[in-house]
Amino acid sequence: MTSTTMITDSTPHQVPKSSLRWVVNDLFTIARRNLLTLVRIPISLVFAVIQPVMFVLLFRYVFGGAIPVPNGQYVNYLIPGILVQTTIFGAVGTAIGLAEDLQRGLIERFRALPMARMAVLGGRTIADLLRNVLVLVVITVVGVAVGFRPGGGIGPYIGASLLMLFFAFALSWGFAFVGLTAPNSETAQAMTFPIIFPMTFASSIFVPVSTMPSWLQPFARNQPVSQAADAVRGLMLGEPTGHAVWLTLLWGLGALVILAPLATTRYRRAA
Amino acid sequence: MSDFAVEARNIVRTFKKGAVRALDDVSLRVPRGQVFGLLGPNGSGKTTMVRILSTILAPSTGSALVNGFDVVREPDAVRRSIGLAGQYATVDENLTGFENLRMIGRLNHLSRSVVRNRANELLETFDLAEASARNVKTYSGGMRRRLDLAAALVANPPLLFLDEPTTGLDPQSRQDLWAIIEQLVETGTTVLLTTQYLEEADRLASQLVVLDHGRIIAEGTSRELKTRLGNTVLVLTFETVGDARRGADLVGDLGAQPAIVEGLVVEFTVDGGPTKAAEALRRLDGAGVALAGLVLREPSLDDVFLNLTGHRTGGVEVSLTETA
Repeated sequence: MTSTTMITDSTPHQVPKSSLRWVVNDLFTIARRNLLTLVRIPISLVFAVIQPVMFVLLFRYVFGGAIPVPNGQYVNYLIPGILVQTTIFGAVGTAIGLAEDLQRGLIERFRALPMARMAVLGGRTIADLLRNVLVLVVITVVGVAVGFRPGGGIGPYIGASLLMLFFAFALSWGFAFVGLTAPNSETAQAMTFPIIFPMTFASSIFVPVSTMPSWLQPFARNQPVSQAADAVRGLMLGEPTGHAVWLTLLWGLGALVILAPLATTRYRRAA
Repeated sequence: MSDFAVEARNIVRTFKKGAVRALDDVSLRVPRGQVFGLLGPNGSGKTTMVRILSTILAPSTGSALVNGFDVVREPDAVRRSIGLAGQYATVDENLTGFENLRMIGRLNHLSRSVVRNRANELLETFDLAEASARNVKTYSGGMRRRLDLAAALVANPPLLFLDEPTTGLDPQSRQDLWAIIEQLVETGTTVLLTTQYLEEADRLASQLVVLDHGRIIAEGTSRELKTRLGNTVLVLTFETVGDARRGADLVGDLGAQPAIVEGLVVEFTVDGGPTKAAEALRRLDGAGVALAGLVLREPSLDDVFLNLTGHRTGGVEVSLTETA
């Protein structure tokens, strides 16, 4: 030891404040921790930002030419889809991260602290939300650079972005539940694949559902991710959205109402 | 306020719907201002006890007061008055040392300025100041443990739970950590320490409880436990099993406890090791029993267990031979 300075001191530290302020403090502290982690682990940043950019380039320049879409340019069809796909892939990180925290005993430490119970999950989903804002900006910029020309106007574009962020936020809670259920982070990752694979690829994210085999179409057309992709795309491009916007809101709300309590209960029990 | 930092009464904790009894009617009182040792092998219930006292886990039955607060009814008050550091060094590897302490400090609801000062002070004290801006991923095992302990101390709690703080550490890091713990107790902190090492309990703890299969099998000061056991373990190795049996008969009465015969080896605890060893050699030589080896050593936790329970810490039963 370098010195024998006092390890303890007698000053009363804990300042009593309204409990709501502390809940906000705890949420912020956990969210900041998760965002720092995102920046510190290069691979997670790659997954969050570089991978979607690669997807944009791949589908824009390699596959895109072979995919006919109803109205005009494939790039305009693609970018809103990539946005939705990225937020779903990103939520996998929530599952892996929580499983890791549980495995390493960090959750154990949190549970012995006088912090708000819901802040561990709440802070993480808020961090996800902020990451998705970053993704939204990056993909929009890259998209415009490769020829994306959304014709819906700025208002609907923001509306579409908010809708997408809300949908992804609801989804985060589901992946949080997966992460808390998995025995370790590898399993958590494996568990998410059977969920995200059909949800993202058997959907209207990359190609119009009408080009799929007829047995697949009912699922692909009606599943929530397609609704979200259709809604976001329609709003951004200024095309009719049908019921997609309302259905996406309903799916998001329903997922939140079911998955958030499920994850919270799971968190309380996780040992 | 009560004289005891911890008062646990008849704690039972079962897992798997009652199939596993991790703790079976454990009561203990931890006096303030000293190190209280919870000694036992893996799976004896030490960690379960710490988890119950730190509100992570609820007891199945029984009750516990920590700093005067009930662990089930007033968990937040308990959490505000304790620090927890564990064998798994629960710090965030992706944050720096400083960021870890800041996070724990903020989650303990300390103000920003207090957290900053406290974090820097602790990093300085624990010899981590130079590494404070580095990711914990780059830390050695000893550094992680010190950071883990620093995190438990951020809020300056009067009671500290240390769950196997030195398991897996090299001897130097272990010595460093022991020095820190001793310093903490000097400044008035109460420490509840779990350990598998008799040496550690002996060095640090004023009072000890020995756990086995979720039950308390012995309690008292380290001196009392050692006196019950004898001060030294005499290990005699013979050339044949027959010689070992004869040898045990010849020298068994020298031990403070019955001799234990396992194959070619006879072990027993003695007071005044060298004298008893010389006497044993004389008797064996006189009877013409050949000896392959003789060792005198400090009693280990294994010896305590063998004497208290008749089984080794790994759970293997051996026979205790009463010798005349």
